[in-house]
Amino acid sequence: MAEVLVLVDHLDGEIKKSTFELLTAARALGEPSAVVVGPAGSGGKLSEGLKAHGAAKIYVAETDSSDFLTPQVSVLASLVESKDPAAVLIGVSADGKEIAGRLAVRTNSALLGDVVGVSAVDGGAGATHSVFGGAFIAEAKANTAHPVITLRPGSVEVEAADGAGAEESVEVPAASGRSATVQSREPVTGGDRPELTEASVIVSGGRGVGSAEQFSVVEGLADSLGAAVGASRAAVDSGFYPHQFQVGQTGKTVSPQLYIALGISGAIQHRAGMQTSKTIIAVNKDPEAPIFEIADFGVVGDLFKVAPQLQEEVTKRKS
Amino acid sequence: MNIVVLVKQVPDTYSERKLSSGDHTLDRDATDAVLDEIDERAVESALQLKEANDGSEVTVVAMGPDRATDAIRKALSMGADKAVHLSDEALHGSCAVQTTRALAKVIGTLGEVDLILAGNEASDGRTGAVPAMIADVLGLPALTHGRELTVEGSTVTVRRETDDGVTVLSAELPAVVSVNEKINEPRYPSFKGIMAAKKKPVTTLTLADAGIDASEVGLATALSTVTSSQPKPPKSGGEKVEDEGDGGQKIAAFLVGQKLI
Ligand SMILES: Cc1cc2nc3c(=O)[nH]c(=O)nc-3n(C[C@H](O)[C@H](O)[C@H](O)COP(=O)(O)OP(=O)(O)OC[C@H]3O[C@@H](n4cnc5c(N)ncnc54)[C@H](O)[C@@H]3O)c2cc1C
Ligand SMILES: Cc1cc2nc3c(=O)[nH]c(=O)nc-3n(C[C@H](O)[C@H](O)[C@H](O)COP(=O)(O)OP(=O)(O)OC[C@H]3O[C@@H](n4cnc5c(N)ncnc54)[C@H](O)[C@@H]3O)c2cc1C
Repeated sequence: MAEVLVLVDHLDGEIKKSTFELLTAARALGEPSAVVVGPAGSGGKLSEGLKAHGAAKIYVAETDSSDFLTPQVSVLASLVESKDPAAVLIGVSADGKEIAGRLAVRTNSALLGDVVGVSAVDGGAGATHSVFGGAFIAEAKANTAHPVITLRPGSVEVEAADGAGAEESVEVPAASGRSATVQSREPVTGGDRPELTEASVIVSGGRGVGSAEQFSVVEGLADSLGAAVGASRAAVDSGFYPHQFQVGQTGKTVSPQLYIALGISGAIQHRAGMQTSKTIIAVNKDPEAPIFEIADFGVVGDLFKVAPQLQEEVTKRKS
Repeated sequence: MNIVVLVKQVPDTYSERKLSSGDHTLDRDATDAVLDEIDERAVESALQLKEANDGSEVTVVAMGPDRATDAIRKALSMGADKAVHLSDEALHGSCAVQTTRALAKVIGTLGEVDLILAGNEASDGRTGAVPAMIADVLGLPALTHGRELTVEGSTVTVRRETDDGVTVLSAELPAVVSVNEKINEPRYPSFKGIMAAKKKPVTTLTLADAGIDASEVGLATALSTVTSSQPKPPKSGGEKVEDEGDGGQKIAAFLVGQKLI
């Protein structure tokens, strides 16, 4: 069976959930091989998790290079050349998109970007795009060998599978051009709440929440539901909540089972990031707010009264 | 310093965006078009560097249909010095790899360039990679998603801010830098700027002018093809109730009914 290369996203010895989604999706096209690029000792820590999700092979390229992203691109490019894989799968993130784009142009491969599904069509790779915030669904196919595909986190249900996980160490080829140098790195460490793109329930607050302190109302409800917290751009721009929690066109695209919008008007750019959520609940004091046009259930009222009451009900039901 | 800014004309995100039913490409006639919001910030960054470095020149480069001249004019009226517009029917439907190669060729016609500035992600295609891809083709360092940008002597430093954290990157010029939406507030074109822009040189290049073969670009030879597309029926609103002191309880009841709690 053809090999499918999967780039492993990892931090401090932990594999990101999106990598397991890639390993699951890869099986539609062939046999997944995981590719680990990282500092010395990375491979060993990760192999168990990769095997448990179907990795037949694990290519490990250990490097302490401070070159920015180019080691990943070079390792993948040399594997594309030597293994002629059916496809290369990479998770959507700022880094993932750039690695994928560079790999595609370097190996003359189709780039199927930000897809929500992967399938085999006519012996090649096909992909499903959800564009303009889910307003359009498009099917695309690659016209080249070894297409590079980036998969949006949260679009595939992770399935465990046994893989042989045979390890093979690979060299990091010499750089083909000049690279930027990493001077320092401070990764965002997720708190105790689930990741926005992984959460099945999200509670988001908008400008209507009024202040950073009052976001505790949003957090309180979120915690009672085991949910992630999101924010509109107006809330982020007003300094109520950090940018990495922004949902929408210039923030994250999410598609949870349940999305609760508190004090969010529902501007088109916000909707672009959440309108494919399975169930949408809105609380807004303005009966004309456009968010109600897409809400399955809406309450016209003050979020500071409605949200705490809902939290109380949820907590009651749990005990 | 010789600074190039890549600018793209995109559909206004406030209008409803569509894919055309014929060839599944962006229906550019269905929407108002504007200079991409983040590209405006790339222009602003270029102008700030120009103001800090005597003798600098800012050239904007755009690839797109005829009406992309509006976006070019906007950049010129903000203060860019001149523009190059790659415009050719044959470009329609180009994929990201083709777009990258075409832009790299155009940049190659501009002589010695110190810095190539771009937006981190265009609001229509959202590839979020064209600047890094161009750097890969040209063999230049890519410092992307810049929230802060400084040039000292021949060294460029960028504070890269993404959802995954902060990375400080540095490189020697020439280099490619993309900026994010937080880097600055773009200036409004002044009346004087708008008038001056009308006299600034805009060079329109065809594929042949840029040394690009027609087989390298366009829908027919794109490395990927959209085979079908359809609008998803818009979600319609459900029940809406006025809070009468029991709004939270009503939501809870709804969620129980849906087996969500
Ligand atoms: C290119 C571009 C990209 C953008 N990208 C994004 C994006 O990624 N994400 C995003 O969210 N926006 C984005 N925007 C901004 C978007 O247009 C809106 O400005 C933004 O979504 C508004 O946020 P909001 O709903 O929180 O604020 P507002 O529109 O000000 O709405 C606040 C709402 O709160 C309600 N309210 C106030 N007090 C209460 C209360 N006590 N109880 C209940 N309700 C209350 C009000 O009735 C109002 O409806 C983008 C804009 C542009 C131009
Ligand atoms: C809905 C949609 C989905 C698409 N999906 C794919 C896909 O999966 N695979 C694929 O190969 N192509 C795809 N395309 C085509 C691709 O978006 C275009 O080739 C596009 O020109 C390049 O990508 P971008 O605008 O997304 O670039 P981004 O990488 O998001 O743009 C970043 C920056 O690069 C610069 N830039 C980009 N394009 C230009 C330009 N034409 N002129 C000047 N500067 C520019 C700008 O500074 C911009 O801010 C898609 C297009 C659309 C509309």
